[in-house]
Amino acid sequence: MTTTTTPATGVSTLSSSGVFIRRSLLHSIRDGEGLLMAIALPVMLMLMFTVVFGGAIQGDGRYIDYVVPGIILTCAGFGASSTAVSVSRDMTAGAMLRYRTMPFVASTSIVGHVIASVVRNLVATAVVIGVAFAIGFRPDADLGGWIAALGIVTLWILAVTSVFAVIGLIAGSPEAANGYGFIILFLPYLSSAFVPIETMPDWIAPVAEYQPVTPIIETIRSALVGGEGQPLVSILWCLGIILVALVLAAWRFPRTPVR
Amino acid sequence: MTPVIEVRALQKSFRHQRVLNNLNMTIDGGVVALLGPNGAGKTTLVSILTTLIRPDAGTARVLGHDVVRDASTVRSLVRVTGQATSLDELLTGRENLAMLGKLLGLGRTATNRADELLERLDLAAAGRKAVRTYSGGMRRRLDLAASLIAPAKVLILDEPTTGLDPVSRARVWDDIRQLAIDGTTVLLTTQTLDEAEALADRVTVLHRGGIVADGTVGELTALVGGQSVVLVDTAGSVLERVETDGTRASVAAALERMQRDNGARVELRSPSLEDAFAKLTQIEEVAA
Ligand SMILES: Nc1ncnc2c1ncn2[C@@H]1O[C@H](COP(=O)(O)OP(=O)(O)O)[C@@H](O)[C@H]1O
Ligand SMILES: [Mg+2]
Repeated sequence: MTTTTTPATGVSTLSSSGVFIRRSLLHSIRDGEGLLMAIALPVMLMLMFTVVFGGAIQGDGRYIDYVVPGIILTCAGFGASSTAVSVSRDMTAGAMLRYRTMPFVASTSIVGHVIASVVRNLVATAVVIGVAFAIGFRPDADLGGWIAALGIVTLWILAVTSVFAVIGLIAGSPEAANGYGFIILFLPYLSSAFVPIETMPDWIAPVAEYQPVTPIIETIRSALVGGEGQPLVSILWCLGIILVALVLAAWRFPRTPVR
Repeated sequence: MTPVIEVRALQKSFRHQRVLNNLNMTIDGGVVALLGPNGAGKTTLVSILTTLIRPDAGTARVLGHDVVRDASTVRSLVRVTGQATSLDELLTGRENLAMLGKLLGLGRTATNRADELLERLDLAAAGRKAVRTYSGGMRRRLDLAASLIAPAKVLILDEPTTGLDPVSRARVWDDIRQLAIDGTTVLLTTQTLDEAEALADRVTVLHRGGIVADGTVGELTALVGGQSVVLVDTAGSVLERVETDGTRASVAAALERMQRDNGARVELRSPSLEDAFAKLTQIEEVAA
């Protein structure tokens, strides 16, 4: 080996985050099947709701304008769930043990997984919007509307991903991590994503009304195709979820067993 | 001079089990083998020295830096290859090394350094494949290389060859010999005596949570004292063993006491590290 024995000083939190973001993006690209599913599933879901159910649900043909915001949010859940598996794999398969013996903030590896998830999801969102246009989605939003909609979507992706990252920290194995989070994937179906809340049975309507997905979808819908939104409520929901996830992660991370 | 590793009155328990019990150890340099059977507490000590877990009581210092109070300095001085491999299975070997190099602050030189290391270890071709396709031996060797990507003052290897076939084991031994000669202090744990003898200048024996012996291989065998007379059958198995002090009278007395005589051969054996270990840990000696 070389004769220099000046020990490594490690790197700043910013640098290690950068290294780990690159690593997680590489993972995403290497896992071709996973990436394909993350994009194909939302597209299939959209085609099903618009082409297959669309006619039955709303005869005037504008159901597509109603449903696309909901599809985009559902898609964010799909794409983020693999974050739980990635984080759990790091925690249980030994990689984190090595990071913890090295001179940088080891938890920045989780930041890498979270940012990569946001990037993957934004790509999937772009594809979904592209396909939506191809099959007749015609929003009348201006640039400001698009920026507002994408801003909320990004915030929601970040919130969902944070929750899945915490699931990955707590789960005992990557397989278990994969199994959790059903509820999050289920939330959009219990919201105004696919059908208006007024059409739901009385006992379920309040659940749909007061869960985070409904105001967020309404906000995206209002930004893109008009109607009433709840931007403040949406932002507060997202920030609240992210804050709770951060607190849980900060509590859990130092307590994960060494073996 | 400050010792490289200095452990004083170290205690660690898991629930009601005391794993490290008032452990004292000083390492001044070179290659030191920490020898102990499965469950002796080797990995627990390694985890404390590498800042992964905290001791219940006592202190551990690396070049004078306390592993609890000054953990970040210790992390920059010590590199470790743990008992279980800790690689990124989805990345290639080369990407693994380069990434760890960047995380240690090598910057743009990390990739060159990774290539250089892979070349030296004859892993250049394997380095371009994803780690999840590696054999156990290759994984282990890359895991070792991962600890050498940047210069360190102390290198800790926790059972570097456990579970490997004899060929892979010999390669890892070569790697350690080749790589650990530039003044880096190496602490390696092992369950086998031949590994300690093959690689280490000094051997420290860990038993029941404490150090029961410490010295060169020669010093440890000397501890056991005299030679023994053994009776071996044609297959080479020891049928009977009687300890002597090496004098003519005691060897003769030993032969007198031996019962079996059906074609067995007599040998005079010097104590091996195996004997020393058995004696020190009071473990029932297996037929040599
Ligand atoms: N995290 C832990 N929780 C409970 N028991 C543990 C833990 N770590 C180690 N032990 C116990 O401590 C003892 C020593 O373990 P270890 O240090 O791994 O020994 P070695 O590495 O010498 O085989 C074993 O009996 C093991 O079961
Ligand atoms: Mg061990």
